[in-house]
Amino acid sequence: MKRKRRTMLYIPGNNPAMLLHGSVYGADSLLLDLEDAVALNQKDAARNLIQQMLKNVDYGNTEVCVRVNHLDTPFGMEDLKAIVPLQPDAIRYPKTETVEELQRLITLVEQIEDEHGLPHDQMTIHIMIETALGVQNVFDIAKYSKRVDAITIGGQDLTADMNIKSSKNSSGIDLARKMIVMAAKANRIDAIDTVWADIDDEEGLKQETEFIRQIGFSGKAVINPRQIDPIHEIYTPSDEEIRKAYRVVKEFNKNDAKGIGVFAIDGKMVDAPVVTRARYVLELAGVDHANI
Amino acid sequence: MNKNSIGREIPKKIEGIGELEPYSGAWTKLKKGWMDELTSPPPNKAKMPHAVKLCETLEEAIKKSNPKDGMTVSFHHHMRNGENILVRSIDILAQMGIKDITLASSSLNESHNSIIKYLEDGTITRIWTSGIRGKLGQAISSGIMDTPITIHSHGGRVRAIHTGKISIDLAIIAASAADEEGNATGSIGKSAFGSLGYAHIDSQYAKQVMVVTDDLVDYPCYPLSIKQIYVDFVVKVDSIGDSSKIASGTTRITKSPMDLRIAKLGADVIEHSGFFNEGFSFQVGAGGASLAVAKFIREKMKRKNLKGSFLLGGVTSYGVDMLNEGLFKTIFDVQSFDAAVSTSLYNNKNHIEISAGYYASPFNCGCVTNKLDIVVLGALEIDLDFNVNVITGANGEVRGASGGHSDTASGAQLTVVVCPSFRGRISTINKRVQTVVTPGETVDVLVTERGICVNPMKPELEENLKKAGLNIKKIEDLQQEVEKIVGKAKEVKYSDKIVGLVEYRDGTIVDVIRQVIED
Repeated sequence: MKRKRRTMLYIPGNNPAMLLHGSVYGADSLLLDLEDAVALNQKDAARNLIQQMLKNVDYGNTEVCVRVNHLDTPFGMEDLKAIVPLQPDAIRYPKTETVEELQRLITLVEQIEDEHGLPHDQMTIHIMIETALGVQNVFDIAKYSKRVDAITIGGQDLTADMNIKSSKNSSGIDLARKMIVMAAKANRIDAIDTVWADIDDEEGLKQETEFIRQIGFSGKAVINPRQIDPIHEIYTPSDEEIRKAYRVVKEFNKNDAKGIGVFAIDGKMVDAPVVTRARYVLELAGVDHANI
Repeated sequence: MNKNSIGREIPKKIEGIGELEPYSGAWTKLKKGWMDELTSPPPNKAKMPHAVKLCETLEEAIKKSNPKDGMTVSFHHHMRNGENILVRSIDILAQMGIKDITLASSSLNESHNSIIKYLEDGTITRIWTSGIRGKLGQAISSGIMDTPITIHSHGGRVRAIHTGKISIDLAIIAASAADEEGNATGSIGKSAFGSLGYAHIDSQYAKQVMVVTDDLVDYPCYPLSIKQIYVDFVVKVDSIGDSSKIASGTTRITKSPMDLRIAKLGADVIEHSGFFNEGFSFQVGAGGASLAVAKFIREKMKRKNLKGSFLLGGVTSYGVDMLNEGLFKTIFDVQSFDAAVSTSLYNNKNHIEISAGYYASPFNCGCVTNKLDIVVLGALEIDLDFNVNVITGANGEVRGASGGHSDTASGAQLTVVVCPSFRGRISTINKRVQTVVTPGETVDVLVTERGICVNPMKPELEENLKKAGLNIKKIEDLQQEVEKIVGKAKEVKYSDKIVGLVEYRDGTIVDVIRQVIED
């Protein structure tokens, strides 16, 4: 079944306690951060710490993703050399603007994997789009490699890059959000929304999460464990939705075996898109729909 | 040495204290249905009509009580860190040259650090209390006293006074309002602190009783938390303390993600335990994950349209909010954890002040803890037998309080202990706790951020929680998991000297505390 990415919790790479406790809060993914959350003079220490954590801490079923620094910085290459051999579930690459950048990243990653005798299909890559140029190229970036299995929008940097007046509801990046979702979904990969910065404003977080779910994001990055449950609630289907989806998939499988593609439930037409949505609902509910 | 029923070595006798009865099971004595110890009758007193009780100063009142060497003086701790009468009173007794005092305060905390000098010079030679914090705890752990202190529970204190184990010569009771006859309350006045529940028994059993107030009101002062029929002297002082220091931040719901995570799991445990039903009764501690459980229980009650019967114990403003929302019918308040609670106590007939005996004494016809459905408690440490330590810290020093921990654990149908699996680099789950305060047979479930452990004595509970999909682990497995993360803590070194006795609520000795030796 497809991995859920409703919440991706940022953990500063230089915070041992948070790195140790990361998986207990219930986020679907952890983002161990070597980039913006770490001061320049702490980059080495954070890199070492994350290495130790990846070697020694059991994160259970939680996806572990490491955000490395961009290769144009003095830290990017060192990050890749340190992290890739440990094969976290994914690395997240910031401020991607062109296919060429992604190509360079993947080449380096695969060189390091080859040096360590590691396969190329274990660790995936999450791309961050944080500039107007990146948004413009996102369709090409999204389809470039099968290793890319999520695209995420970096709202703070994008707002700065576009000189958008800061606003609580981030309406200035609406178009970028929709383009990123479209690019991701066109390639059957996840789109992850940016963080909600005000950790005490749960209502604002919920409203924004309702919105991003409506336009197709798979989930949202979070900066505090308190933001996890409100997001999961919004991404958790109601019992009624689950029952209905289960029924749709079950009827579909029954009819499909008889060669019937379109049928009706309670007088409403059920066709392929309805079934796709029903399967997604079951995935969100954690129901294995493969053998219904 | 005797071994008690949970394997702790208890001396047969201690110099200056006498013979000790080892703990033999949480309900062993209760099952007899009556007390098998002597009962100490309240003193006979008389006052002439229109006699004057009012004294000019605290010193004058203490002198009038004819203090003597070897006396027992009692206090209450409702003002917690803002308490200001105990130290002043002991200062006066020390200046009068009184020696060999037994101090019987319902609890002691950092505001009492300055009495350490009286432990050194022989002014105070024995202590009964439910808890000790700060430098005072460190001093006691270092062996400053010849005779061990006795740690009791809140209910156990009442039992000890009732049976004459604590025989109070002078009870000094701070009240935020009182009249000239000694009718007194904590629920009104500039220093209002709420319930006076711990002091009720002192007023009834002490040979002499003094009420100290900073708000002398016209007769009669009500509500009658302390009644004039028990009071010998009344003193007006400038201040009984700082009631703003009662709460110490413990009554706000934590924002700590870890505490909230544990609290959410704790609430999930309660929801699926089989005891979260219409009319259930509930107690949570203040602060940290314990109080945060109330936040999630409140949400669950609203979602399920469930109404409880009573909230019990240390009462926070959060509990008052739940009363006002109609989620619970009544609050029984033995101690207010927030000065703001006093307004509710005074104005709301469903917010009822109760004595410590009514709250938790094991030897009456039914304290309220015996009617409790669910209690949520914290822990400094818990072991593989579910024994809980809330009195000594990781360095072996006394730094906590027994309070109502063992009382409520004994009475409640469901006792949930919530704590992080480790603090700093020290595991809270160990093979054997340093000091047992609450025996494991009265603890049903441990909730940590890394998993939930059910006492094997409660298989049905485990079944219920597993069915709900909760992450249930054996406590042995969780202990090993945590040990893998933080390693084994360095063992604390103790001498043979016993510096403290931990009484179970029925008066038997559940454990001893030994002197800590510095490396």
